[in-house]
Amino acid sequence: MNMFRLAASAALALAATAVSAQQTVKIGFITSYSGLNGNLGPYMERAVRLYLKQHEKDLGGVKVELLTRDDTGPNPDKARQLAQELVVRDKVNLLAGVIFTPNAMAMAPIATEAKVPFVIMNAGTAVITTRSPYMVRTSFTLWQSSYPLGQWASKKYKTAYSLVSDFGPGHDSEEGFSKAFEEGGGKMLGKVRVPLQNPDWAAYMQRVKDAKPDVLMVFIPAGKTATAVMKNFSDLGLGQAGIKLIGPGDVTTDEELPNMGDVALGVLTVHHYSAGATRPQNKAFVAAWKKEYGQNETPNFVAVGAYDGAAIIVDAIKALKGNMDPDKTMEFFKTWKNPNSPRGPISIDPETRDIVQNEYLREVKRVGGQLANVELETVATALKDPWKEFQKKK
Amino acid sequence: MLSSVVSVAFHGVAYGMILYVISVGLSVTMGLMGFINLAHGVFAMAGGFVLSSFMARFGVPFPLAVLSAFVLVALGSVVLERLLYSRLYGAGELTQVLFSIGLILVSMASARLIFGDQAARVLLPDYLRGQLHMMGRDFPTYRVFIIFFSLGIILLLWFGVERTRWGAMVRAAVDHRAMAQSVGINTRLLFMATFALGSGLAGLGGALGADILPVQWAYPFEHLVYFLIVVAVGGLGSLRGPFIAALLIGVADTACKYWVPEFGAFLVYAATIGILLWRPMGLFGVRA
Repeated sequence: MNMFRLAASAALALAATAVSAQQTVKIGFITSYSGLNGNLGPYMERAVRLYLKQHEKDLGGVKVELLTRDDTGPNPDKARQLAQELVVRDKVNLLAGVIFTPNAMAMAPIATEAKVPFVIMNAGTAVITTRSPYMVRTSFTLWQSSYPLGQWASKKYKTAYSLVSDFGPGHDSEEGFSKAFEEGGGKMLGKVRVPLQNPDWAAYMQRVKDAKPDVLMVFIPAGKTATAVMKNFSDLGLGQAGIKLIGPGDVTTDEELPNMGDVALGVLTVHHYSAGATRPQNKAFVAAWKKEYGQNETPNFVAVGAYDGAAIIVDAIKALKGNMDPDKTMEFFKTWKNPNSPRGPISIDPETRDIVQNEYLREVKRVGGQLANVELETVATALKDPWKEFQKKK
Repeated sequence: MLSSVVSVAFHGVAYGMILYVISVGLSVTMGLMGFINLAHGVFAMAGGFVLSSFMARFGVPFPLAVLSAFVLVALGSVVLERLLYSRLYGAGELTQVLFSIGLILVSMASARLIFGDQAARVLLPDYLRGQLHMMGRDFPTYRVFIIFFSLGIILLLWFGVERTRWGAMVRAAVDHRAMAQSVGINTRLLFMATFALGSGLAGLGGALGADILPVQWAYPFEHLVYFLIVVAVGGLGSLRGPFIAALLIGVADTACKYWVPEFGAFLVYAATIGILLWRPMGLFGVRA
């Protein structure tokens, strides 16, 4: 560790001089291009590149260089090693990206020791941002969606069952949902945690079906797992048995809807972003995305987390004129606001460095021949991460 | 209790059959021909992509698309067999392993380039969706179909290998190639046809299983461990071995997930280790 500290601080010293001389801001961008959810990394990169392209002219001559790395899925050791290389060898000013929670957690000590601000653009376990004072999150926490989901569900249903992937975000989703559901007078009939990589869902779905809850709350980390869950829910006839499928928005993630087909119709979710949202900022975002990447392409929640992540970085570069002193950058991040994000108004909570945003209740409907998550109502406005708020009260 | 036993047995058998269907090709190329073809998943993936593209782009009906997956993958594999595989029939195991891993990497990169990052879209026809109601329980129609289809394949294959002249020739050629050649068997043609059959079956399995095991560019590596478990537990050089092994794994995995979900993740691997310690050649292995 001592060697690393030494190397990191040497790198930092070098990095500080390099920036003021060249006015190039280097971003170490780590995401998943392969492995489980290897399809989500490209969404993240495309969103960042789109934002940079749109706002290049505002940067006042400062160049932004994106150094992309593949962490190969939920693989903390790999993520840590990549972050270390980016900091020590490539002397990046910022770290950014990250689909999976375990990877973000593994990178936290590096951000702290090397004082490199780290913009988390997806990973959604509540506790992450407490692991380093140099972290800021522009995506979401699972508590943000699951807690209001539980509150809403407790008003309509009596019994629930939860089925989540067995890792940080899954545990958060399960806890957030059941806490709110039980506070509202609902009863949890069972909670099952499923391995992250799980090929067959029939056994779990049968278990749920035999327990006969009013609703099944599912969290899985989006991607093709979402489609597998949806197909199994339908194949085993849980819907006909009177069980309603609900969850945070991952289970009806926008890019998988065409793969799911009509079985997704009517599924209710709570999430911060839907590509089908009709507010003008989102329409402009979706249109720009289609123009850049093709008419059949749609952004998703990963894309919006990264798009706003790029926005916070670009705004910081403008404010600091390319001199990315780590502590000044973090001070800037802490008070950042964007009333015009595609997902509605967002800001950073100065105390926790976590995102503050609205949560929407959505239903999968057919819009113009295609499936979309249609926003029905705003279930929470300017919501801070509920988990951190509960921790404060303790 | 009884009805949940029925459900677990059914889902277990169905899952086992899916595992069997995607590994059956491997039991031909690896089990029968003795080629360590780790690139089996490449052919399964190709089958899935054929199915998906034919259905989505050209509106081909599902049965015809499945058949096309079998035929096209079998034909495509002949090209690979002539150009690459046939040179390594007698080679050592390490050479075959390295070669097939290389092939996996090349094919994954190509698949990503051609088909993109998303999983292939497979929307089953209406008559295969929904449930069948029997004995007061619901059974997903598609899984019932998979069970019967796989039973059909294992019977045909067993009949072909054990009871036909072709089967006898293959077995003879694998056991002693030089002797088989000297009694006038065209082993070159024979191996080519057998390889095509194995790969075609892989393509068929990939296509049929695509609704449950999504086909994406990373497929050959993602499911490699399942193919290998089925064949290793079943035993090399045996046809019924992989079948029994797939059933065992499917039922055990499902039972574990249903009753004790806390341990769902480990059971398959624990069972594999246990069986291989007990019988290192696999359940029905005849060759080391």
